[in-house]
Amino acid sequence: MKLYFRFFAIHIKSELAYPGSFLLNCLGRFLYFASILLGCLLVTDRFGAVGGHSLDEILLCFGVILSAYSLAECFARGFDRFSAIVREGQFDRLLARPRGLVFQVICQDLRLSALGNVLLGFGMLAWAILRGNIAWTLGKALTLAAMVLCGALLFFGVFLIYATLCFFTLEGLEILNIFTDGVKEHGRYPFDVYGKGVLWFLTALLPFALVQYWPLEYLMDRGPGWYGLLPLVSLWFLLPCYALWRFGVRKYKSSGS
Amino acid sequence: MKKYLSFFRMRLIAGFQYRTAAWAGISTQAVWGLLYVLLYRALYLAAPERLPMEIQALCSYVWVQQAFFSGWNPYAWEGELFSAVQTGTVAYELLRPADLYTMWTARTLALRLSRGALRFPPIILLGLLLPAPYGLRLTIGPAACGAFLLSFLLTLFLCCCLTMLCYGLTFYATDPKGIISIFAALSEFLSGGALPLPFFPPLLRRVAELSPFGSLQNVPLRIFGGDIAGAAILPALALQLFWCVVLAAAGYALLQRGLRRTVIAGG
Repeated sequence: MKLYFRFFAIHIKSELAYPGSFLLNCLGRFLYFASILLGCLLVTDRFGAVGGHSLDEILLCFGVILSAYSLAECFARGFDRFSAIVREGQFDRLLARPRGLVFQVICQDLRLSALGNVLLGFGMLAWAILRGNIAWTLGKALTLAAMVLCGALLFFGVFLIYATLCFFTLEGLEILNIFTDGVKEHGRYPFDVYGKGVLWFLTALLPFALVQYWPLEYLMDRGPGWYGLLPLVSLWFLLPCYALWRFGVRKYKSSGS
Repeated sequence: MKKYLSFFRMRLIAGFQYRTAAWAGISTQAVWGLLYVLLYRALYLAAPERLPMEIQALCSYVWVQQAFFSGWNPYAWEGELFSAVQTGTVAYELLRPADLYTMWTARTLALRLSRGALRFPPIILLGLLLPAPYGLRLTIGPAACGAFLLSFLLTLFLCCCLTMLCYGLTFYATDPKGIISIFAALSEFLSGGALPLPFFPPLLRRVAELSPFGSLQNVPLRIFGGDIAGAAILPALALQLFWCVVLAAAGYALLQRGLRRTVIAGG
């Protein structure tokens, strides 16, 4: 853990070396999602609700998904550049070190500018809370925190699959971006808006609905209390991701020189 | 002229090589199209009278937008050209007996055309296979079709002008990513990328339509759906042409000025 903080400090320093471009970077990302939020507000304003969901719920969904994605992006970005690490043979170096591999890859890169969007996501959650239409209890607050954290871990799992496939293809498979970007871009509305098929896919196979739609039902007092525990259940997804990663590491053949 | 044409052809052929990337793009665009249509369907079923466009026009908008996404999206930059400016390899480009602006415009145009041409047929087919009103349907007359094609080409050219403007900015900043990401966010929103402009409140809509970004995909997509029709078509096309001329001139001036003050370091 101490080691991680050392890496953390180094990355922060390197990103802040050019404060001007760092701020502009943050601002650009922030504007992108802020404009999408504005779009959501315009739609809800015009229709009153989207698929039966009020503004509160949309703010909660968007806030959860955006902060979860941005947390994962900030800390697990090393997996995104993983194809370069494998192609250039740098992975050999990681294998030679006496530390966990996943840990080392996480230490490779840190994208601080994603934190701006974590704040934007938290801002949306705060707005939804301050609107005061939801009766908050300790259980609900814990569920909300679990939605964000487990969501970040799920994104992390998909990043891990993405990285694992690089062992076999040497090339990042952009097709997996459908899942990460798709959830990030379209998860601003509760998933049931997109119909039963999408909802079940995201419940059973790629369990993002377990951190978004189902616990939201509990937060809005429409579902039983155990729906609030579903974010934890969604973490089963990490097991196959990690197993795949281990398999990939075992099959790894160096490509560098 | 001939050298720019052959440069264009070269990049076009190179662009056609990236087939795997094209499949990834096609699947992404197909999923995006389906999700958007499902969303609009939910809105439509809940309150059809509040939709600012016909549902058919809206769904055609989505499918044509997704089909030509890689040709039109305002942020299809080539990292290579940015790093050429940053690392100084732009010096090699300057050694060629050709005008940098025209050469890079030809290159950008070729990239967009090759990407778009590889990706659009499956998406169009998917749109046609879906049942009305959620699929893609041609509802406009031949004259409006002609206007659509013209507007399509103007959009493509305007995208290139905007991209060239971004390359030009690189000469003035050490790390242009920040400025460019702001630029991308603005163009995505104001061109109707995330939400078609008719959904906007009147004032914001007016501002967006008059801005250069409003002359991007917004115009051809809405002509195709019949949302911009009749007498409204001509002014929209004229505004597109106006922004093409202005932004091409601005980009050219920016690049020339940038080149004059550039000092290439290193040997």
